[in-house]
Amino acid sequence: MHRIDCPWCGERDEVEFQYQGDATKVRPKPDASEDAFFDYTYQRDNPKGWHTEWWHHVGGCRQWVKVVRNTLTHEVHKTGGPQSKLPLPRRKAEGGL
Amino acid sequence: MRYNAFQILKQGLSGHKGWKPMWRDPEPKAEYDVIIIGGGGHGLATAYYLAKEHGITNVAVIEKGWIGGGNVGRNTTIFRSNYMFPANTHFYEKGMKLWEGLEQDFNFNAMVSQRGVINLFHSDPQRDAFARRGNAMRLAGVDAEFLSPDQLKEMVPILDFKNARFPIQGGLMQRRGGTIRHDAVAWGFARGADSRGVDIIQNCEVKDIVIEGGAAVAVETSRGKIRGKKVAMAVAGHTSQIAAMAGIKLPIESHVLQAFVSEGIKPLIDTVVTFGAGHFYISQSDKGGLVFGGDLDGYNSYAQRGNLPMMEHVMAGGMAIMPAIGRVRLLRHWGGIMDMSFDGSPFICKTGVDKLYLNGGWCYGGFKATPASGWCYAHTIAKDEPHPLNKDFTIERFREGRMIDEKGVGPNPWIQ
Amino acid sequence: MTGINRLSMGGTRINRSKQINFTFDGKSYSGFEGDTLASALLAHGVTLMGRSFKYHRPRGCLTAGSEEPNAIVELRIGVRREPNTRATIAELYDGLEASSQNRWPSLKFDVQSVNQLLSPWLTAGFYYKTFMWPAKFWEPIYEKIIRRSAGLGRAAVEADPDTYEHSHAHCDVLVVGAGPAGLAAALSAAHTGARVMLMEEQAAAGGMVSTLLDEIDGMPASEWVDSAMAELAAMSNVTIMTRTTVFGYYDHNVLAALERVNDHVSTPQENQPRQRMWTIRAKEVVLACGSHERALTFDNNDMPGVMLSCAVRAFVERFGVTPGKRVVICTNNDDGYKTALALNMAGVDVALVADARIGSIPAANEVRAKGIRVETGMLPQKAHGAHTTSALSLQRADGSFVEKIDCDCIAVSGGYSPDVHLVSQTGVAPLWDDELLGFVPDIPKRRERSAGAGKGSFNLSACLTDGHDAGLDAVKAAGLKSGKASAAPKASRVEMTPPLAVWRCPGNGKAFVDFQNDVTAKDIHLAHQEGFKSVEHAKRYTTLGMATDQGKTSNVTGIALLATARGEAIPDVGTTRFRPPYSPVAIGAFAGHERGMEFQPVRRTAIHECGEKLGAVFVETGQWLRPQYYPKPGEGVMEAIYRESKQVRETAGICDVSTLGKIEIFGEDAGEFLNRLYINGWKMLAPGKARYGLMLREDGYVFDDGTTSRLADDHYFMTTTTANAARVLAHMEHASQVLWPDLDVQFCSATEQWCGVAVAGPNARKILQAAFYDDLDMSDEALPFMGVRTFTWGGTTARIFRISFSGELAFEVNVPWSMGEGMWNAIWEAGQDHGLIPYGTEALSVLRIEKGHVAGNELDGRTTAADMGLGKMMSYKKPFIGQKMAAREGMVDAGRATLVGLKLKETEGRLRGGAHLVVDKDNANAETSLGWVTSVCYSPAVGCWIGLAYLKGGLGKFEGQTLYAVNPLYDEAPAVEVCSAHFFDPKGERLNG
Repeated sequence: MHRIDCPWCGERDEVEFQYQGDATKVRPKPDASEDAFFDYTYQRDNPKGWHTEWWHHVGGCRQWVKVVRNTLTHEVHKTGGPQSKLPLPRRKAEGGL
Repeated sequence: MRYNAFQILKQGLSGHKGWKPMWRDPEPKAEYDVIIIGGGGHGLATAYYLAKEHGITNVAVIEKGWIGGGNVGRNTTIFRSNYMFPANTHFYEKGMKLWEGLEQDFNFNAMVSQRGVINLFHSDPQRDAFARRGNAMRLAGVDAEFLSPDQLKEMVPILDFKNARFPIQGGLMQRRGGTIRHDAVAWGFARGADSRGVDIIQNCEVKDIVIEGGAAVAVETSRGKIRGKKVAMAVAGHTSQIAAMAGIKLPIESHVLQAFVSEGIKPLIDTVVTFGAGHFYISQSDKGGLVFGGDLDGYNSYAQRGNLPMMEHVMAGGMAIMPAIGRVRLLRHWGGIMDMSFDGSPFICKTGVDKLYLNGGWCYGGFKATPASGWCYAHTIAKDEPHPLNKDFTIERFREGRMIDEKGVGPNPWIQ
Repeated sequence: MTGINRLSMGGTRINRSKQINFTFDGKSYSGFEGDTLASALLAHGVTLMGRSFKYHRPRGCLTAGSEEPNAIVELRIGVRREPNTRATIAELYDGLEASSQNRWPSLKFDVQSVNQLLSPWLTAGFYYKTFMWPAKFWEPIYEKIIRRSAGLGRAAVEADPDTYEHSHAHCDVLVVGAGPAGLAAALSAAHTGARVMLMEEQAAAGGMVSTLLDEIDGMPASEWVDSAMAELAAMSNVTIMTRTTVFGYYDHNVLAALERVNDHVSTPQENQPRQRMWTIRAKEVVLACGSHERALTFDNNDMPGVMLSCAVRAFVERFGVTPGKRVVICTNNDDGYKTALALNMAGVDVALVADARIGSIPAANEVRAKGIRVETGMLPQKAHGAHTTSALSLQRADGSFVEKIDCDCIAVSGGYSPDVHLVSQTGVAPLWDDELLGFVPDIPKRRERSAGAGKGSFNLSACLTDGHDAGLDAVKAAGLKSGKASAAPKASRVEMTPPLAVWRCPGNGKAFVDFQNDVTAKDIHLAHQEGFKSVEHAKRYTTLGMATDQGKTSNVTGIALLATARGEAIPDVGTTRFRPPYSPVAIGAFAGHERGMEFQPVRRTAIHECGEKLGAVFVETGQWLRPQYYPKPGEGVMEAIYRESKQVRETAGICDVSTLGKIEIFGEDAGEFLNRLYINGWKMLAPGKARYGLMLREDGYVFDDGTTSRLADDHYFMTTTTANAARVLAHMEHASQVLWPDLDVQFCSATEQWCGVAVAGPNARKILQAAFYDDLDMSDEALPFMGVRTFTWGGTTARIFRISFSGELAFEVNVPWSMGEGMWNAIWEAGQDHGLIPYGTEALSVLRIEKGHVAGNELDGRTTAADMGLGKMMSYKKPFIGQKMAAREGMVDAGRATLVGLKLKETEGRLRGGAHLVVDKDNANAETSLGWVTSVCYSPAVGCWIGLAYLKGGLGKFEGQTLYAVNPLYDEAPAVEVCSAHFFDPKGERLNG
């Protein structure tokens, strides 16, 4: 079971959160092209490894928490607030993956 | 070698010394007419139909591990064609027909068992939504019928009609749906493809797709470069990774879906029962295990294993409708990686790269689609254009706004 | 006396002063408190306990623990019947009823044992090659027979009467297993003050220590175990749980365990669960899971009476029971000698110890010194007997026969496999150790370390230091101070001779590897011959390791045989991955309390009881219960709905609308925020006014709709549909926190803060004026259509909205949740003179269909605003979520299905939701289907069945035309006329009363 460190509430079980997908996507400016919105809405890197993603703390403070997590090992590297910048780690996940 | 009664008798009496390997273990050749990346159900079926329907036998199926080790061996063995949109209905019905004749076709008993698939409903709006789907099926020539609570009681006596949180009002049934011995599907297609000359190359990982002049011409693998006049992906679960080698980005996320099996028990459930409101479905294998599952764990994952919250949720769903299974013990649980496309429907299509073909985005529907997917994909590769059955399963449909959205939740596959 | 094989002394687990009666297959026996079903049966000389899966061969117990493959029985009867219960861990209680399974008519005479005659054909994978001729026989005949003969025990068919609990725990160090290593780990960790949990699968601690032979810290091992447990139990920072199996190692060091609270008694004690599932968040874990002994693979090695060497010792030491009067021991390692000594001390005749190894073996000398015959370089060849062992043939390694020796028990040891199940669950592939002949854990990927036999330390002294060190290491890794460490417990080091690899004793008969699934050595060779060379393929083809014991005793032998067939070393073949749970866990335990009516919470509104008093029939709307209709005595559903919907339009009705999602929105930029969420404009909305709003998902499809009001310049009040309340809130939180944090907007859900009712009908104003006349001016000027007022009622703030879902003069009143009942009563009372009736969701639906308003059935996540006829609401003056994607070619395609109304043209019959629309009912198919019916009702206002539908071409193409609503599921195809969805009062004149 994932334990997510909410920046406001501390470490909590995954059941308190609603996963909300890829957090690397930045919504284009309103006047951007249809293509830009298409990319934002649909195109995903879907990486096998480190992934920056949203976990919405619906059963807690209701903040959208940005999480850097490994999709192969489920290890969480870092968490932060909705506007935080969280660079991907250069290291491999725990256990050498 | 063909399996028949004489052969079985003979081998039994002679200590089984004469059985041959079901597929060879060849070294890769320098070049093939078609290279299929992925030795799962779909890749093997594609090779089988390329050879059988189109006479294209200079084909390599390249598998990173051992054939059939992915989702074809990790699913809950159900097949059905109870979809709502014509593109899906026709396609899955093609699959249904292929399943029905499969064993005689490839001379391998995959234990296709048309024991029926029942979807329970609990409210008027649910009934209406099922009616829309059931009628769509009937109009497409697919069997579907409504069952009354009394019929359900008779068919599935262990359903709880007394104390259910969401009282059962009825069910939509497809009698021709059912279960299959999943591993046997991979093995049967592999044997059939191999016997027609297809090379199944195991323990060979594709590292890159080589593109020259806008066309795919080869793959770099852990066993060297293999040239192919056509290159076809069939790696659902990992489609994003392989497609990225060709610079293709897709509306797909990989999610883990858990599956569960109980200890073997004497026959208790004779059909497949789906309890959508509780994210639970169940059938019983011929060997006696209750095979069941639920919904996605709900986060991007390639881990092939799930976590406790979804397990508890799935089994609560089971206890909610059939509380007699409480003392039956869970034997094993595991996870498979689903290519969750953003409209719940698959891709079987050409790509922006010439001679490179895509098969993926299967969501929960991959196993049941296996023969239809292989059949249509083989056609698409052989003719370099889609068959009418898969013409809508394109990448472009998203850009064009022509999604085939069975679930209606949009590009958020984790929403339940 | 509790059996012919009960020894006069010994038995650390049993209480000889308490006799317990039980039955097996209807026959009565007695045992002692502390016995397992297996030990009690063995005491009576009963060795036949089950039949195998495929060949129905007679089987006795192979082990004394949870890894048991053979002795599985149906325990208890009726609603509590538990199939496949391992007799080796089922603790005896008074009145226990057990029966053998998978046999007919009886265990001794099982008709299906005829399968053994067919065994030349029933090899691995036989069914893939057969049962295909003729094709039509497969399902009706072959599959039925296979299904009936497959399966093991029978499940109960009635609801499980027992309850299950879920509990949660946090600790610094979780120690799994209370054998010597686990106890040493728990002690060393606990002495530092760390919070320690110690979990043990069995009823008592001690693991595999030999109570007759081993000494720790100068005392008999059993005494040391007792004192260690007593010491741990006395420490406030230690929690000890026995009968608790840690079965799963999940992500982020969360482990799951099953506590068998009441399985050792006949029925759970009052107010107690049968079992309790624990979710443990451990900082660090010590895995002291021990090891599993392997059998030797020789012909007829599955004969009842053939038992693992450690199991023989366990029965003697723990239960004072000998599995036989005359025992032959076959071994490839030192364990056989330990068993010989224990049996000798217990006074049991050991006919021979046959050791596969040759050369100098120190352990052999000790046994010889007791006068026991030991032969080296000798292997079992074949067990003899009918339903139980009577003799054993022995051979040399080259297969030459040596002698046949009479015995009623054969203790076998094929070496030990460290139990790497939990480690494997964490994704660590175990390493092959060629000296130990077993897989040992590789470098951890989680915060765990192994100790003792589970790590390959088979020597007791090493186990203890190992455990001690692991406990301290865990404390250190958890970031706690280790303080002054206590000394490690000590045992004298025994010199051990490495085991000899003997994977198949020569022979041509049936030599079983996986006992329960009847997988023989030959099956594995055949799988390889047919191309199933990978361990995963061989496992799936032969079903090796897939039985209820998950191959705990058989996997390593199976892998070794496959390696032999491949001509490779074992590490090159690898292992399969163990899947949780470690041992099977009842489905009910996972579900816990969430079953029956507690499967999901039931949500009731503040005025639920008001509806109840008036005779409402309730309907599930998600988790909410809402009044569906209010039948009068003798009135059917249809009549009640007809009456309610008619009367609302004639006088007035009151309806509970509390379940709508409600969100309070504040801030300078609240209007701008709404502008970006909704497709229509909000900034110009004046305070005191409400507006209908539609929002899209980012992909351009309609997400939700509702009425939102502006209560003040910086205060809006949003309503959502009942179904989407939570999703809309999350969507807004995304928008404000992620997309536009610069906007000054704050909001929160108020769904359960405001209780709401709708009062609709020509008399609505009169009624509400009467109810609130002191507090509120209800005049058209004061409260015009789409007007909103806040007023004080009963000393608290109330809100009234003049909005209408029914097309009638209508109001919605909101008061604080706790005041709901008072409001309902006030309105109800005031309405008595004005023909006020309560109406439910059905009449609500009739009224909105008559007006062509969309609801859940039309908002299915696949429709655009234009599909719903609301395309013109889309503002082009401002950007909003979903705007760009809604402009895609396919989303604005003229061929899309759009909302229309339908009238049934026939006087008989009815319309149904889910029907498809076609021009020609005799040419109805997937291609000619033009759309589908979403909502239907019998309309009192129109005087016929009407419906809403999505239709390709829509009104523009089909208005006034006749189509058919084909419904093959009901075998119907009534004619319908396509019309505007605004069936009733299209000009909206009735809104003014």
